[in-house]
Amino acid sequence: MQATSGNGNGNGADPAPRVGLRLRGLRKSFGPVRAVDGADLELHAGGTCALLGPSGCGKTTTLRLIAGLERPDAGEIVVGGRVVSSADRFVPAEQRRIGMVFQDYALFPHLDVAGNVGYGLGRKPDPGRIREALELVGLAGSQKRPVHELSGGQQQRVALARALAPSPDLVLLDEPFSNLDASLRDRLRQEVSQILRTAGVTALFVTHDQEEAMSIAETVAVMRDGRVEQAGTPEEVYLRPASRWMAAFLGDIEVLPGDAQDGRASCELGTLPAGDVSGACEVLVRPESVAIGVSGPASAARAEVVTRRFFGHDQLVGLRLRSGRVISSRRLGYPAWHPGDHVQAWIEGPVEVLPRENASSSDEQHVAVGHDDDVA
Amino acid sequence: MDAATAGRTFGRRLPSAARAFGMRRPPLVLLGLGLMVGLAAALPALYLVVAVLDDARGALDAVLTDRTVGLITRSLGLAAAVTAAAIAIAVPLAWLTVRSDLPGRRIWATLLTLPLVIPSYIGAYLFVSALGPRGALADLLGVEQLPSIYGFSGAFLVLTLFTYPLVLIPLRGALQRMDPSLEEAARVMGRSPRDVFRSVVLPQLAPAIGAGGVLVALYVLSDFGAVSIMRFNSFTHDIYIAYESGFGRTEAAALGMVLVLVMLVLFAAYARVRAARALHRVTPGAQRPAQPVALARWRWPALAFCAGVAAIALVLPVGVLLYWATKQISSGLELGALAANSWHSLLAAAAAALAASLGAIAVALLSVRYPSLVTRIVERVGYAGYALPGIVVALALVFFTTRVALPLYQTLAVLVFALAIHYLPLAVSPIGASLLQVPPRLEEAARGLGRSPIAVLRTITTPLVASGVLGGAALVFLHALKELPATLLLAPIGFDTLATDVWQQTSFGFYEASAIPALLLLLIAAPPLYLLSAKASVAS
Repeated sequence: MQATSGNGNGNGADPAPRVGLRLRGLRKSFGPVRAVDGADLELHAGGTCALLGPSGCGKTTTLRLIAGLERPDAGEIVVGGRVVSSADRFVPAEQRRIGMVFQDYALFPHLDVAGNVGYGLGRKPDPGRIREALELVGLAGSQKRPVHELSGGQQQRVALARALAPSPDLVLLDEPFSNLDASLRDRLRQEVSQILRTAGVTALFVTHDQEEAMSIAETVAVMRDGRVEQAGTPEEVYLRPASRWMAAFLGDIEVLPGDAQDGRASCELGTLPAGDVSGACEVLVRPESVAIGVSGPASAARAEVVTRRFFGHDQLVGLRLRSGRVISSRRLGYPAWHPGDHVQAWIEGPVEVLPRENASSSDEQHVAVGHDDDVA
Repeated sequence: MDAATAGRTFGRRLPSAARAFGMRRPPLVLLGLGLMVGLAAALPALYLVVAVLDDARGALDAVLTDRTVGLITRSLGLAAAVTAAAIAIAVPLAWLTVRSDLPGRRIWATLLTLPLVIPSYIGAYLFVSALGPRGALADLLGVEQLPSIYGFSGAFLVLTLFTYPLVLIPLRGALQRMDPSLEEAARVMGRSPRDVFRSVVLPQLAPAIGAGGVLVALYVLSDFGAVSIMRFNSFTHDIYIAYESGFGRTEAAALGMVLVLVMLVLFAAYARVRAARALHRVTPGAQRPAQPVALARWRWPALAFCAGVAAIALVLPVGVLLYWATKQISSGLELGALAANSWHSLLAAAAAALAASLGAIAVALLSVRYPSLVTRIVERVGYAGYALPGIVVALALVFFTTRVALPLYQTLAVLVFALAIHYLPLAVSPIGASLLQVPPRLEEAARGLGRSPIAVLRTITTPLVASGVLGGAALVFLHALKELPATLLLAPIGFDTLATDVWQQTSFGFYEASAIPALLLLLIAAPPLYLLSAKASVAS
């Protein structure tokens, strides 16, 4: 602990923000299965990061490697400026100063709330610190309650208070909201994210829920096949996906073939900025960026409405373009469009242009996996 | 395994206990049958009270002596010592076979639970015949006398070696069910592995250790064979002596009463421990299997410990048994007597299993399908026979038949009756559990699909309940097969079983002659035992 704070002071002159967590080339195999296969990630101190990915992508193993519950085969882990795992070093879990919130909370059933929260504070925990931690999560005065009498949401907060009480350098949360029902989940997401920010602690949480990741984290790191495919702000990863798989994993996506020249890409729905891409390309467009109207700009394409699904707050309109390709447009719930309507369709909003991928079968499969997870 | 599930009630709490019957009235036939079973189960306890009250003065005189104090002290002392030793053996074994990287964990787990199937009197016989005067060891060493193993030390040794699995089994279950993230959470919070074991693991295991420990204590208190062969003056031994002496029947009943009271206290403790365990069940969910702890340099000492326990509790007795058996075979067998005794054992055990299953079906049906105050009382009373030691059940039935139903005295019917009511709860538990898996909704659905009630019974209920009934019957069969004191007291003249044969030959010191019936007993027990363990492994 002293060494850590010393490091922190030493880095004080450094203009770059202090490292909260850094993973370099992290690898872990279970028999023939490569669970984590060269994961890299960097998170500044005090940041909140969601580790997002389909099930089986290695995100929970990554979390357990960071916590010291598994021993990596290769790679380096730095927590709060301190190397906790590298080729010649392995700090055991109990010496890492990491707080962890388990998926099933793992509250000790034989201890009351205070006993749980104070467990990480040593044999004689300071009642004041327990009170502070409980106040932070909005459970002041619950010290003497047995944990099995608490509701799911309260248990979750006790687990969070327990993780935060020893003032850890990093808090890890493993699918923290998956055991809660939908309405409670939404509320607790906001509360937990607020609590983590108030505590000013670096936090990494694992989730397979795209919306959850994007709505409460400052940084989203998407994992695929044991690697971090892309990390960035929620806007970056959603609006500027690095690959077709990324785009499809984070939400609905339409892929239009195009042709790029001199920084402009032309496709069926018009001509768009293409960045550095040139030659055969793919235009990735989210349904909400496909606008339709009775009349449109000059570049608009003619299309026919073929399907419509109404969700109340919005509607998903299926359009057949002149080429026969069918794409979706997400519009507000009003005005209503009907199958058979002839409309103009154009792109209105951010798109991403990527060099054309060889639509290999394996890639298609991964897209499908992403969608499955989304549904689940 | 069986005893751990006994004592469970199926009836849910009633909305209003004031009403004697629940929402639905049970059919009269079923209710009548259930009440008869309840009455039968209550008979030994009731008649024990009657016999004591009959000569209350004599009973009081017999009990209010220094000897009773000595008996209580000795019996409780033995129970406490065996329980402590069983826990001391079972805790490391459970941890090693569940949570460590001990080579061959599964095989060790099986081997180390096997001593439970050796009846205590066979175990005692084998130890006496191995280490006692003129025993195998003395024989091999060519000496006449070894330090005596009779008395406390012998009873302690034998009972510990054959009862520690009663702690090991629930403890392994608790360790396997324990959420590994609890330990991980504790470690992440900065506690050393040893500290985590003390502050997190052990408190989780305490209920299982407590429950297993009470089972061991109850076993020791009600055990008759081992203490008698080891000539340790415990309650059951003195009850038998008083009974055999002919004039001390009131004394025997009074001593039996005291023993029952002592056991009831323990039983209540057991119920409390079980209730506490139910309270602390962890939330179910997908559980990550715990990572085995690397033993590293402790690997060889750990292996030596497991091998040592297996050697003393399993290999040594079986080896000694085979040693005597080969000696006996080479000197010729009395095949006629062996066949007759085997047949008697099979007959009594099978009849008891059948009777107990039929009674258990009635009790379980009532308590699962028609929960009410009456059916709950019937179910509770059904456990009465099990709460009494076998020798007390037998004693009460001797009193009952000699005074009320003399023509029945020492008939096979009374023996079967005693075995059936004594082990009734062993059948009620699995049958009730399997009935719970057939909610009336299932049958209603089948009826709704156009099947007649008979067809529903045949195609839905019976297949789903069959394995429970079979399991219950197998348990009763196993226990009745090896039952010793009830058979000694109640069997018709000349109706020797394998169990009484072992007992008699051993008490005369004919170790070779005991070996074959003991071996046959274990062989007959093997198939139903295999059936039960296969079921158990499927269930888990």
